Amino acid sequence: MHEVSLMQETLAIALARAAEERAQRIHRITMRVGPLSGAVPEALEFAFDVVAHGTIAEGARFEIEPTSIICYCPKCALEFTPADLFCECPRCKEPSADVRCGRELELVSLEVS
Amino acid sequence: MCKDCGCGKDQPHAHEAAHETGQRTVAVRKAVLSKNDQLAERNRAGFAAKGLLVVNVLSSPGSGKTTFLERMATDLRGRVRFGVIVGDLATDLDAERLRKCDVPAVQICTGSTCHLDAEMVAAAMAKLPLDDLDVLVIENVGNLVCPASYDLGEHVRVVLISVTEGEDKPLKYPVIFKTAHVVVVNKMDIAMSAGFDRETALSNIRRVASQGRILEVSARTGQGMDGWYEYLEGYRQRNPT
Repeated sequence: MHEVSLMQETLAIALARAAEERAQRIHRITMRVGPLSGAVPEALEFAFDVVAHGTIAEGARFEIEPTSIICYCPKCALEFTPADLFCECPRCKEPSADVRCGRELELVSLEVS
Repeated sequence: MCKDCGCGKDQPHAHEAAHETGQRTVAVRKAVLSKNDQLAERNRAGFAAKGLLVVNVLSSPGSGKTTFLERMATDLRGRVRFGVIVGDLATDLDAERLRKCDVPAVQICTGSTCHLDAEMVAAAMAKLPLDDLDVLVIENVGNLVCPASYDLGEHVRVVLISVTEGEDKPLKYPVIFKTAHVVVVNKMDIAMSAGFDRETALSNIRRVASQGRILEVSARTGQGMDGWYEYLEGYRQRNPT
């Protein structure tokens, strides 16, 4: 359950950005969470409610933009989106060691006023 | 406080006015772990400056990480000088075990935190005689989930599993196995009595960690440990400092 640590980091970035914008309130937080990021979206949302308490982000809408895994198979020279976390090439069925997308864990945007 | 707009009014009220005051979208596009990643890069630069090879060892609790390091201490005495940073929620029992093997060891007690991060490692490495070391091993908190996300500045990431954990462990925790340079299967000396299905386990590891080297060892008896030392030596030769 490292989602609390992750949300503390996220909130710190959000609050710093909101301060730059001289915002009084954060109404929405949008994150991008890849399937290989190691973070669970539901746990992030739960952690957000806890860490945002008493800050200008309290009560903000929490949104996650889902992303897909993209792998590359050197044998088939093929970039593909695997069906699951095992990342097997749809053509030769070999597991790919070259994961090009899917590990991202980002704060994408804020809605502030 | 109003739950909808966060203003000071306690009673429900219309919110059109709030919207007119201009809610706006601000792009951020920043990695959540960017601060950790920057600190990890700083650690890596610090390690490079000292000519250190740094290994991050990850596993469930009880897979034999500390025994693996004790075996290294015994086998490499006089050949490779290594130190250890070890993380646990509480106690310095592991660091004590390693000090008994004449290995300089620093314990990080994380309290309730389930992983090590780059900042904790930076603080701990200052307590080790880095100039006198060739290899620094970081024994992470026993956990196959959270430590996967945190770069500590290491060069080699080792994920260790033991034969008693079940052949399907790699399939259940694919994220961490996908980050491994080396997957060590430990406690091979009791594989038979544990009913360990070696072929299935190796095939499962290859399925989730095709990028990694697989080593089968017993840290207790020393069986298979030479493969690990050869890997380390090969890495140092390919990446001279």
